[in-house]
Amino acid sequence: MKKFLKKNKNNRSSERLRFSFFPGCALKVSGHESTLSLLKFCDSVNIELKELEDWNCCGSSSAHSIDHNVAKHLPMRNISLVPKGIPLLIACPSCLIRLKSTYLKIKEDENLRQEYEEAWGKPFDEDLEIIHFFEIFNRIRLEDYINHLEEKLKKIKVAPYYGCMLSMPPNLRFENNYSGIMEKTLSKLGADIIPFGYANMCCGTYLSVAKPQLAQKVVTQIVSKAMEAGAECLVTACSMCHLNLEIRCALENSIPVLHFSELLSMALGAEDQKKWFPRHIVDPVPLLKKRGLLVS
Amino acid sequence: MINLGNEHHEFADEIKADSGINFNVCLHCKTCANGCPFIEGMDYAPNAVIRLVQLGLEDVALECSSIWICVGYNTCSSYCPMAIDIPAVMDGLRHKAIEKGVKIAEPDVLNFHTEVLNTVKKYGRTHKLEIMMRYKLKKMDFLSDMGLGLKMLKKRKLDLTPSKVQDKKAIEKIFKEK
Ligand code: SF4
Repeated sequence: MKKFLKKNKNNRSSERLRFSFFPGCALKVSGHESTLSLLKFCDSVNIELKELEDWNCCGSSSAHSIDHNVAKHLPMRNISLVPKGIPLLIACPSCLIRLKSTYLKIKEDENLRQEYEEAWGKPFDEDLEIIHFFEIFNRIRLEDYINHLEEKLKKIKVAPYYGCMLSMPPNLRFENNYSGIMEKTLSKLGADIIPFGYANMCCGTYLSVAKPQLAQKVVTQIVSKAMEAGAECLVTACSMCHLNLEIRCALENSIPVLHFSELLSMALGAEDQKKWFPRHIVDPVPLLKKRGLLVS
Repeated sequence: MINLGNEHHEFADEIKADSGINFNVCLHCKTCANGCPFIEGMDYAPNAVIRLVQLGLEDVALECSSIWICVGYNTCSSYCPMAIDIPAVMDGLRHKAIEKGVKIAEPDVLNFHTEVLNTVKKYGRTHKLEIMMRYKLKKMDFLSDMGLGLKMLKKRKLDLTPSKVQDKKAIEKIFKEK
């Protein structure tokens, strides 16, 4: 039995998982450190991400707000670009909702399916799987790739922040739910999880531009509550949240905000932090050095 | 007391048809209002907006700030006991407000959305720097956030050149398709 388990375990880690990867604008054009560390992490756990060829913006918050038609066709084109048989992995929660809702609508609505097929010249792929990056943790076991995983993050005190990531519109209510996934993963890797009660409060997204005072108030509240609870840093899995938490926090002594993928990659021994951390507005290096997560 | 004629149904029916959402099952339990972090910037709570529509108070509903402040991130709809897609109702109202040419309560938000879609139309992807510059230009506001903008450029959070879709025709088609 033991032997069988061992063999099985090896099998798990040798099987390379392949996904089409939809970066979306936030990751592609401004959250470079998030993309780099995400790709690095996936590679270290034997996952291949192949960027969806010639993908376009999902429409973000703007298309559905002011132009129904554009909001319908932007995600449709992306769906039509996915190679058959390969699941589409999305890291941005907003892109995920746009693409997945459109996909489900086409699946349920014969007229829409016809419109899709006529506009994009391809049969609709009934079996296409569209998943969030978090789904990876249901498909791999970190134990297969790291020894002594509980020692990796050296008790750094992290406050996991999800923003709207776990909130789903009613039509996606019965999709997989990832509550607690950052807590589970990071504590397994030896981080000290600090609950702070504001993990699911929206970061304000574009109000950060159009209504900065409103966003600032909410962001400052999120960061200060995490600090009051004793966190040394916030961790987020969305690069839009990351940006807002950094630029709209009004506190002088704000704590750093790390990307979930940065911590994951570090736990797996990545050494490319020099490419990531200079892009942070609140420098995480002193904290990481203090915790012994970075040397020199 | 509000005296309602029969006409008040019309507006509600229109919004129901446009958004595809049956908001008449709303219990007015205010779960949506209590969970919304941006309610401070709204003149009517989300459930009150639904009420305005139910009562046929078209002008008030279309000219309220709430429909523009709502960022549509589903905190409300995730917890709504009646599973009402509140952001989709807001979308319906925003479209109607534009269509009817009423006074837009939050022009900055509309301006932002327009600039985002302008860059998507041009490049197939958003281009933050251009969105910000044009947004500020329209608003004639160059001073606020100037320091922040420079900091973001320095930290390379704002790419100078846009990332583009190769198949320009496809993007043109999306913006023409009706
Ligand atoms: S949470 Fe749903 S049912 Fe309750 S007031 Fe809001 S829209 Fe109505």
